[in-house]
Amino acid sequence: MLNILGKRYWFFALSLIIILPGLILLALNPLPLSIDFKGGTLVELTFSSGTLPTTEQVKAVYDNLGITDSQIQTSGTDTLIMRSSELSDAQRQTVISEISALSDQEVTVLKSDTVGPSIGQGVAKRALLAVALAALAVVVFITFAFRGVQHAFRYGICAIIAMVHDVLIVLALTGYGSVLWGWQIDSLYLTALLTVIGFSVQDKIVVFDRIRENSGIFRKLDFEVLANHSIIQTLQRSINTQLMTVEFLLLSLALFGGVTLREFAVILLVGLLSGTYSSIFIAAPILVVWEKKEWRTWFKKTPQTA
Amino acid sequence: MDRRYVKLIVIVLLVALVVWVDIPRAEGSSGITIGNFQRTMNPVLGLDLRGGMQVLLAPKDGVIPDRQALDDTANILESRANGLGVSEVKFQVAGDKYILGEFPGLTNTEDVIAAVKQTGLLEFIDAGSTYLEPGTPVKTDNVTAAAAIVPTESTTPVVDATPTATETETTVWHTVMTGVDIKTVNISSATSGGFAIDFELTENGTRIFKEHTSANVGSYLAIVLDKTVISCPSINNAITDGAGQITGSFTSDEANSLAITLRYGRLSVPVEVVESRIIGPTLGADSLTKSLIAGLIGFVIVALFMILYYRLPGAIAVVAIAIYAGITFALFKLIPVTLTLSGIAGFLLSTGSALDANILIFERLKEELRSGRTLRQAIDLGWKRAWPSIRDSNFATIITSVILFIYGSQFGASIVKGFALTLALGVIVSLFTSWFVTRTFLSLTTDAVKPDHYQKLFGARRSENA
Repeated sequence: MLNILGKRYWFFALSLIIILPGLILLALNPLPLSIDFKGGTLVELTFSSGTLPTTEQVKAVYDNLGITDSQIQTSGTDTLIMRSSELSDAQRQTVISEISALSDQEVTVLKSDTVGPSIGQGVAKRALLAVALAALAVVVFITFAFRGVQHAFRYGICAIIAMVHDVLIVLALTGYGSVLWGWQIDSLYLTALLTVIGFSVQDKIVVFDRIRENSGIFRKLDFEVLANHSIIQTLQRSINTQLMTVEFLLLSLALFGGVTLREFAVILLVGLLSGTYSSIFIAAPILVVWEKKEWRTWFKKTPQTA
Repeated sequence: MDRRYVKLIVIVLLVALVVWVDIPRAEGSSGITIGNFQRTMNPVLGLDLRGGMQVLLAPKDGVIPDRQALDDTANILESRANGLGVSEVKFQVAGDKYILGEFPGLTNTEDVIAAVKQTGLLEFIDAGSTYLEPGTPVKTDNVTAAAAIVPTESTTPVVDATPTATETETTVWHTVMTGVDIKTVNISSATSGGFAIDFELTENGTRIFKEHTSANVGSYLAIVLDKTVISCPSINNAITDGAGQITGSFTSDEANSLAITLRYGRLSVPVEVVESRIIGPTLGADSLTKSLIAGLIGFVIVALFMILYYRLPGAIAVVAIAIYAGITFALFKLIPVTLTLSGIAGFLLSTGSALDANILIFERLKEELRSGRTLRQAIDLGWKRAWPSIRDSNFATIITSVILFIYGSQFGASIVKGFALTLALGVIVSLFTSWFVTRTFLSLTTDAVKPDHYQKLFGARRSENA
């Protein structure tokens, strides 16, 4: 039988290799907050007749200047409302002239002004507090729901550790994304993160449920063997659910969807994949490490027996 | 009759009801009305998905407020607009004296103006011996909204000799105190029937109130909101404890909305609409169309995969998910929920858990079939064994979303609130459909499918003759 848990330290190492550099990148650079949190510049253009340039064309103009958080809105059939992080005067001139060049009509600048943030400063901090509170409630709930098995409390803690792992994966991805593709943290990002958290916890419980069920059936089995067996039994379900809920829909959205939702789709894709991954390769292994109290042998010179 | 067929009939009736709610109504149709319950039956899409009405607000009378006052006003307007539900109205400071307000779904300027018109400027005016009829517009000597309290010595009102209805407007009444000095606001049911607003004053307010009421026993102290009298009680005795009540025959809704106005409206700079227009979605209409098509492609692949991989149960799952989506969408219309992208993300996540529930049941069903159970036994056992994991995992999600919703409402993060609301609703509906719809359909298949076809229809090899 496939021995997944035996290689647990390799999986821990893999996650660290992915997470650490991303977090370092995030820490070294200023936090890439978008216009939603910081406010910025609002420019409005009116076109003398008919057709406006598309959102994607306008967004490309901003992207070329290295400004990746533009929000493009239309008003009526002849006006473009464009918001982005603060523009210098030179940048503003470039944007206006390049967008004018996209159409052969006469373009008038209707307005050009600064705007404040649309999400208050405290919101992200308080959202974090709300998530922490929710995590605590989940630990209590799991402890209650798993009261039939030994050390029910550990299941709750392991679920939350794995959830934090998924959040760190998303943060690391943000670190890479902000350096490579100029990703920004905006309101959609907050939504994606909440979705990843919700999915992660739900998936952990499904996998743990099988351990709960099996520990009632195979009472004498070694915990590691039991946990490994349970993971294998739920593997098909994990793969199919992941395919259904994530890959098909989000890949389609990331590949063929509009440019305004691409970053959102990619973050969800990776975050939800991590949600399934961490149920099998992080949450259950930590449960085994805890059961065996393996940290007592971590710093001894005897080689690890896998 | 077999209980399963009773359930089937219930499901069919439910689907009929849901379809009736879900079918798109013509723009401007009156929708449905049942007693006090009135819905236009058109889904409200948020600013990011559909756009709406944008208004530019400027302080009245050319007052230039400082940055802090402007920020506060934007926050107050937003809290007030979203105080009654998930309406996703957004306010943002623009330039050094404007506030940009955006209202999803609305296309009518008057609706928007009505929504922002109430600046929530509460004043207590000394009406002397004149009883002011509620609803009367008045002028006061408090010009700038958040201005300091006028010294209490000048308590003589400028009363016209013969005040008539028309002349009342030209009388300038003295403002004793403004809403700035209100500390807490609560609703209670009044002894005279209807609802009343209880309020408590700050230290400063208590002092002013005490001085004024002790010096003016017997005269009227009118309570004025946005320069319109809402109540005109007479001072029976000095009020020294800094607590008071606004009565007027309010309904529960009126009292609630007045309380929100007062609670969030204590500091406002009065503003007026200087410009309004209709705007497109912030996520770009062309970009959204593309994403919608991509999403549909994704759904078709999911449905195909389910049917190819799980055969008959897969097809059942697709029907169950369609029913789930129909019910959830009907709820969004009835509540109503303003759908933004974060709301849709919550909905998609719960769709994921609805799919997961079906997959969990089918994987168990296959296991039981492989170990040689008859189809009826396998369906029964498969369902029974999958249920604890479906129940517990979804319960954890409900707990999470309830906490996020409560927090989201408290600090006015409509993204968090919208996400949590659609997620919780979706998960509850998905629990219901997997418990009621999938299970009923599955057990009905035992009547319709011959044992010889198990392998073909359930995708699992049978190792025993039933």
